[in-house]
Amino acid sequence: MKNLLRINSTPMLIFLSILIPTGNFYIHWRIFLFFRDTELNSLLLAVLAVLWGVVGVYTIYLSFNWVVEKYSDRLKKGILPFVFIGPAVILLGWLLVLPTVRTIYLSFLDAQSVHFVGLANYVAVFTDRLLVSTLRNNLLWVAFGATLSVAFGLLIAILADRSSYERIAKSIIFMPMAISLVAAGVIWKFIYYFQPGDQQVGLLNAIMLAFGGEPQAWTSMLQPWNNLFLIVILIWMQTGFAMVIFSASIKGVPDQMLEAARVDGANEVRIFFSIIIPYISSTILAVTTTIVVFTLKIFDIVMVMTGGQYDTEVVATQFYRQFFMYRNFGYGSTLAIVLLIAVIPVIIFNLRQFRK
Amino acid sequence: MKKQWRKSVVSVLSILLIFTLIFAGCGSSATNEPTDEPSNTEGTATNDQPQEQPADEGTYLEQAYAGKFKGTKVSMFGPFADADEVKFNNSIKEFEEKTGIDIQYQGSKEFEATINIRVEGGNAPDIADFPQPGLLANFVKSGKVIDVSTFLDGSHLKSNYNQSWIDMATMEGKDGEIMAGIWNRSNVKSLVWYPKKQFEEAGYTVPQTWDELIALSEQIAADGDQAWAIGIESGAATGWAATDWIEDIMLRTTTPENYDKWVKGELSFTSDEVKNAAKKMTEIWFNDDYVYGGRKSIVTTSFGDAPKPMFDNPPKTWLHRQGNFITSFFPEGLEAGVDYDWFYLPSIDEQYGKPVLVAGDIYAMFNDRPEVRAVMEFFTTGESIKTWVQSGGVIAPMNDASLDWYASDMDRRMAELIQNASTIRFDGSDLMPGSVGAGTFWKGMTDYASGTVDLDEAMEEIEAGWNK
Amino acid sequence: MKKKEKKRSKWLVNTVLGIISIIWLIPTLGLFISSFRPATDILQTGWWTIFPHRAWETTVELELSKDVDLRQPIEIDGTSYTDEELRKGIKINDQRLIWENRRARIVNVQDKVWNMNTDFTLENYMSVLTGKEYSIMQPDGSVRVEKGSDLSQAFWNTVAVSIPGTIIPILIASFAAYAFAWMNFPGRRVMFVIIIALLVVPLQVALIPVLKDYTALGLNGSLLGIWLAHTAFGLPLITYFMYNYISQLPRDIFESAYIDGASNFSIFSRLVLPLSVPALASISIFQFLWVWNDYLVALVFIGSQPDVQVLSMKIADLVGSRGSDWHLLTSAAFISMLMPLTVFFLLQKYFVKGLLGGSIKG
Repeated sequence: MKNLLRINSTPMLIFLSILIPTGNFYIHWRIFLFFRDTELNSLLLAVLAVLWGVVGVYTIYLSFNWVVEKYSDRLKKGILPFVFIGPAVILLGWLLVLPTVRTIYLSFLDAQSVHFVGLANYVAVFTDRLLVSTLRNNLLWVAFGATLSVAFGLLIAILADRSSYERIAKSIIFMPMAISLVAAGVIWKFIYYFQPGDQQVGLLNAIMLAFGGEPQAWTSMLQPWNNLFLIVILIWMQTGFAMVIFSASIKGVPDQMLEAARVDGANEVRIFFSIIIPYISSTILAVTTTIVVFTLKIFDIVMVMTGGQYDTEVVATQFYRQFFMYRNFGYGSTLAIVLLIAVIPVIIFNLRQFRK
Repeated sequence: MKKQWRKSVVSVLSILLIFTLIFAGCGSSATNEPTDEPSNTEGTATNDQPQEQPADEGTYLEQAYAGKFKGTKVSMFGPFADADEVKFNNSIKEFEEKTGIDIQYQGSKEFEATINIRVEGGNAPDIADFPQPGLLANFVKSGKVIDVSTFLDGSHLKSNYNQSWIDMATMEGKDGEIMAGIWNRSNVKSLVWYPKKQFEEAGYTVPQTWDELIALSEQIAADGDQAWAIGIESGAATGWAATDWIEDIMLRTTTPENYDKWVKGELSFTSDEVKNAAKKMTEIWFNDDYVYGGRKSIVTTSFGDAPKPMFDNPPKTWLHRQGNFITSFFPEGLEAGVDYDWFYLPSIDEQYGKPVLVAGDIYAMFNDRPEVRAVMEFFTTGESIKTWVQSGGVIAPMNDASLDWYASDMDRRMAELIQNASTIRFDGSDLMPGSVGAGTFWKGMTDYASGTVDLDEAMEEIEAGWNK
Repeated sequence: MKKKEKKRSKWLVNTVLGIISIIWLIPTLGLFISSFRPATDILQTGWWTIFPHRAWETTVELELSKDVDLRQPIEIDGTSYTDEELRKGIKINDQRLIWENRRARIVNVQDKVWNMNTDFTLENYMSVLTGKEYSIMQPDGSVRVEKGSDLSQAFWNTVAVSIPGTIIPILIASFAAYAFAWMNFPGRRVMFVIIIALLVVPLQVALIPVLKDYTALGLNGSLLGIWLAHTAFGLPLITYFMYNYISQLPRDIFESAYIDGASNFSIFSRLVLPLSVPALASISIFQFLWVWNDYLVALVFIGSQPDVQVLSMKIADLVGSRGSDWHLLTSAAFISMLMPLTVFFLLQKYFVKGLLGGSIKG
């Protein structure tokens, strides 16, 4: 009897293994109901919600881990990793993988998702002018937006490292990251703003006027260059991200290495290319991957600035349009899948880094 | 290490305990109270049809006024926000106070996309406001919309609405035709606005024919101004203002039958009739002497900002073709009928008479509950829009809306215009399925106006919207 | 010699960086200045006119004869000009001729003088913070002014969404990243590939299916629902990011901890998390910004219940269908930036310090 109640006895373990998941579920369900039905003051509610969200998740891990730690070593080794990745896998599986699989399925069906059409949607994506220009624009975004963001980020990180007002410069470059895309849209509309007549309140047109040029409708009429004007916004926002991370890892380059190179007579450019770049290569890969992926998915800037008009449509906005506005589930899904295929090279690059 | 573990165990248990005490404790007391079901009852209400009421209890609206649905909530979703939302809330305030039904309206500029997501996701609002019946038709086809004729009194509707409104509300459902919704607001589109005082001072006269209209544009150009204020920018909906032009010209250059065929997709965009209309439009649009700021300002100017230069002193531009709702975009402090007025966009070909283009908002119902029925019934009464009519910018389609409500003579003249029209047609792009009417048509016109594509390409791309 | 060269190169670095910083700052500066300008000014003059600048100012108005034909050359003071020139303004010596009123045939003669626009107002901020004012015409013809709702409740709702919406995914992702980096289990590689692939899935594909599930579970409009959504949409990036960081932590730290008998959980919470503070700080900024500024996810999963709406929805409503309320847009945009900027400056010291990745190795 006493044995049974010992915390490491098998029946007790089985009991605990059932109790902890159900207990967790029950408690969080009650809390959920509490929040749904409560009429508390919004400030208090916010504080309680934050508390629940943060402490709650931690205790889930803590309690599961506590049970698993009681298991025999062999069992523990097998199960513990799944406790660690479990919540991530479950959430991703539910909220992203399943929808993606569904999208793949829809991409082989017609607009109303009734008839199987084989690869017809894929053919259309690469032939229909509207869809082809969508893909072209996405390429432009990656080619210019992602590359320049990374390049500027690296350049500024290096410069900041050597300058006497690093902190403030970094803050300024990073600040656009903190700006919502809606706000950024407002900011840049002010720059590209065009109005009939010779009073221009848009900065770029005012500059054009000052130099005797003709005011332009930057984001609409100058096709296909209008895409580049939108890409500038991305560069303005993303460079800060790249810079912060590069800057941190540049500081990790050991001083001895740099000193040794200088003693050998290498100039700063040489040091940059043959010491710093190789040293931070894994960071560059990570940052580039993140930015390329972000750029492939670009949605808000285009939506806010042009709504995808004037031939500035990109895959995500076109998807949104086809799927939710035209209700053409076939085209919409196909576009999303093309995006997924486009990322394969990036995955391959990253796998080389993955610890075997 | 063992000691540490004991510590962790204690902390796990105590945190869990605290949680249980704080939340589950209050939670259970809260759940025991009779709380209102969340307003978006997740479509469950659709399944349990409310029982047919015995006749003596009266219609749902009468029951509502008797306080039977007190404390219930009805969720609404629509495209108008900002000032229109305030006007809407004002117009339902009295009803809410009398009946105790809380109508929760949410407006979003992303309405067209979001309503799709919400309906597909099973989280449809109780009532949705569609400015485009074509968009609604999609949902009707897939059987997601409640047939309002099942509970609304047909004879009342017939007496309160012009037959054509009722016809337009009747749509092809999954199992035959249903009445998909009810019309609550309407507006007139074939209007040309002008700054009256200055217009008269400059010695211009209101044109009666298309030729006179072009002559007027020419005269204004000779005086050194660009006559037309045109702007079609409207975020993701950019281009809709251009579709109105095409429709208005279509009605003036071809038969109403052709117009109807075109709206149904039987007459192609690539046909001569449509191309002619587009060419007629570009007589004005692509003439940089006629358009304020020239062609490039058409696509960059927001439709709401476009008319503003008419009210500079002296006016920078003189004419603006737009529906009656545009007055709420005019600068504040202008007096209707004095500072600005409208004239009818003149006919082009005598034989097609005096056609008028109209549009309106249809309210459709997605969840069937007694209180939603009551609210829908309320919306068929002129009363439901009275204060909005009084504050201007909207025309009531119901017959029991009194002409006395209109804020100005100007609005009353619009009502007369509709009465005297030889042909009344509804905004075609709004009737076409969403993929054309709110899709390729908008986009094609924008691309054409901005010079991305030429006329033939534009029309082909618009037509392609039908095939999807 | 060498010192001088060093000094010069430092000067060069500072200048280049200075120029870049200024370019980067100008757009935000424009917004900031505009947000304090009266509504009418914003649309009429550029924000830069608040700085001293040279502008044309009318000294004399010339009234020409009413019958001057604008299509013919127009004669003024013995010289003739075209209408086009007078529209744009034509310079003669230090003066400029430009139409004041073409219809009345009045021409301005202008001099260039120093000028600055210094009209500032707090009204934009007031109307955003306390609710926008609407004038509604009454049946009797009078005009009633009505106030829209203010932002305070939406602010707290956004806090309740954003903080857990940031911390939950970071915690979950860090656990997963640790497992991917330092634990062995079957399917490790496959799952990692899937996570990288998921980076590119636009969250729009998930909206309908997830909404369906939420509807069935009654999660719509609840905090839990929106947390889970933000968590899942943020997880791929955060996991990838944290993996990159955690996998680069030096192996010997773990080994010595193992020898001391520490469990994976305690290694994670006592070693890995504290060592990852810089990475945690930077990724939490990004996630926080994303959640704080999100509109689409909130619109779909929160919907129309007014008591749970977040700031971005309120601001979108405020801007409304008009799209031309620049004065409200500018101030609302700035208000929405305040919180993210505060968080940024609070956390800044953690990631600007340069503790990332390799530094521990070196």
